[in-house]
Amino acid sequence: MPTSTQPRSARPYRRIPALLTSLLLPALVLATPPERVVSVDGSLTEIVYALGEADRLVAVDTTSTYPPEALASLPNVGYMRQLSAEPILSLSPDLVLSSSDAGPPAALQQLREAGVPVTGIENDTTAQGVLDKIRAVGEALSVSDAAAALAERVEAAFAEARADVARYDDRPRVLCLLSARGSPVAAGEDTAAAHLIALAGGRNAVTGYSGYKPLNPEAAVALRPDVILLADRTLKDLGGRETLLARPELAATPAGQAGRVVTMDMMLMLGFGPRTPEAVRRVAAAIRGGSEAAQAAP
Amino acid sequence: MTTAALGALDALDRQRRRRQSVALGVLAAGLVSAVLTGLGVGAVGIAPLQCLAILGHALGLPLPWTYEPVQESVLLSIRLPRVVLGVLTGASLAISGAALQALFRNPLADPGLIGISNGAGLAAAGAIVLAPPALAAAFGGFLLPLAAFGGALLATIVVYRVATRDGRTEVATLLLAGIALNAIAAAGIGLLIFLSTDQQLRDLNFWLLGSLGGTTWRALLPVIPCVVAPVAALAMLSGPLNALLLGESEAGHLGVPVERIKQAVVALVALSVGAGVALTGIIAFVGLVVPHLLRLAIGPDHRVVLPGSILLGATLMLVADLLARTVVVPAELPVGILTSCVGGPFFLWLLMRRRGLASW
Repeated sequence: MPTSTQPRSARPYRRIPALLTSLLLPALVLATPPERVVSVDGSLTEIVYALGEADRLVAVDTTSTYPPEALASLPNVGYMRQLSAEPILSLSPDLVLSSSDAGPPAALQQLREAGVPVTGIENDTTAQGVLDKIRAVGEALSVSDAAAALAERVEAAFAEARADVARYDDRPRVLCLLSARGSPVAAGEDTAAAHLIALAGGRNAVTGYSGYKPLNPEAAVALRPDVILLADRTLKDLGGRETLLARPELAATPAGQAGRVVTMDMMLMLGFGPRTPEAVRRVAAAIRGGSEAAQAAP
Repeated sequence: MTTAALGALDALDRQRRRRQSVALGVLAAGLVSAVLTGLGVGAVGIAPLQCLAILGHALGLPLPWTYEPVQESVLLSIRLPRVVLGVLTGASLAISGAALQALFRNPLADPGLIGISNGAGLAAAGAIVLAPPALAAAFGGFLLPLAAFGGALLATIVVYRVATRDGRTEVATLLLAGIALNAIAAAGIGLLIFLSTDQQLRDLNFWLLGSLGGTTWRALLPVIPCVVAPVAALAMLSGPLNALLLGESEAGHLGVPVERIKQAVVALVALSVGAGVALTGIIAFVGLVVPHLLRLAIGPDHRVVLPGSILLGATLMLVADLLARTVVVPAELPVGILTSCVGGPFFLWLLMRRRGLASW
């Protein structure tokens, strides 16, 4: 008989540290509430602040632009999709609050192997997703009761926003641009932008692809958007409202002819955090030319 | 030599010329149909007669077919500049490739090789990632093309300076300096990619892959003379370039001012490709493949290869762009992906078929 087909580790003792770090340490750490938390997602940072637990944060990432004091007062560990394990570990965190968008996976794995739990909270860009995120953050920080209360408040705010939106009987076609240097890059189906537009009672002008892709300029005309929605920072990068609307593919649309450009802070618009009900109400009013416009474009 | 032999040579020459003019005629017909298809096909439906009516109206010629204002603005301010830009960049990339391959007597030369594309790429990436929004606003959208154009010219000047000693330009050094500069520029682009935010990365990616989308007359008009004039000048260099095929000293003995021709070719290529790249981003393979195709089909005579490159380069670019903007509607592919994914395998096939390009 040949030897057993069972893979046999030549040096089983080598596994002990791995076992310790991957199982025991996180378990030990999770048993006591984390006190040194790194948040690497803007919406999660917002939730931590909304829960009044900001003093437990030791660092945030570049997307944590709200509230402004987060980035102003805490070390910045870089962009959530380009994390590096060592700078985070140097802060000796006992928890990394991350969403499913964070990456790269290798860096997250390194953090886990070093014994730091990484939450990887599902980033579902819907109203329900926001509530789930709040509860998940509460659980990770061992403040589930406060999180349940916050989730309830946000749920009520969503209900209010929904009632607000229900008062409008039109459904404007909204084109959400991420960039417009060459061909305009527009939000397709099943994106955070598309979900926000739907919540605000509008229709995403783009159908036929998902994700954010460069839009064929002629197709942009054919989509006949009533309003163009974009982040205020993006509009500045593109040289302002006049430059944007001078582009022929936008000038020929109803939005271009009526000069309907709505801008908003990027994180407020696409972050899907506690402020999203507010974003919904603002977008709902602004895409209908309401006076409480999100921010009339400069 | 007997009169009969001379007569036979004469007949051969006539036959070759006939073949050349037929080839150029076919290429011209190809370009015309590509332009018409490019104007007629797109995401917004415009019937051929409506196209005619819109163009006629723009030229002050009333035609009886009706169309909607949206169709007019799509055709005149989106599709037409795009087709014009396609013709310009395709023609300038291809003729530049042909001229550089003759100058370097190297079948692998193309405008990218002497640093033009990556120089433009680095400058454009710098403009996207590092320029403060206020600066972009001050330039009203022109910052990126201006930076790209400047980067292309600067890279070419550096490469040229490195390769020139005592008024003589070492062609081999020029090539090697181009490779070195490309490596430096690629590293710089890599660093900027690392520094960029999510959105800047998106901008960068599409610029580095090339696209004819987003062309406006405002951006295109200054580019037209910058491309047309050098392309026309390059097309007039067929005699000296033919002589250079024999070798530098041989061309000198034939009375060709070799150094002046070198300077002229490099400057004209940098100007025309730099101006095109400024609007389109980096579009690969057109400059490399088109001249080879022509030499395969109609031989190495630059009196045909140069005008042929203009026609075929423009045609291929229009076809590639037509695919780029129609296959994934309402989205759009970066055209550089198409030219590379068609051009790369095609070039490999050429290589295998010819077993080396020694006989180009």
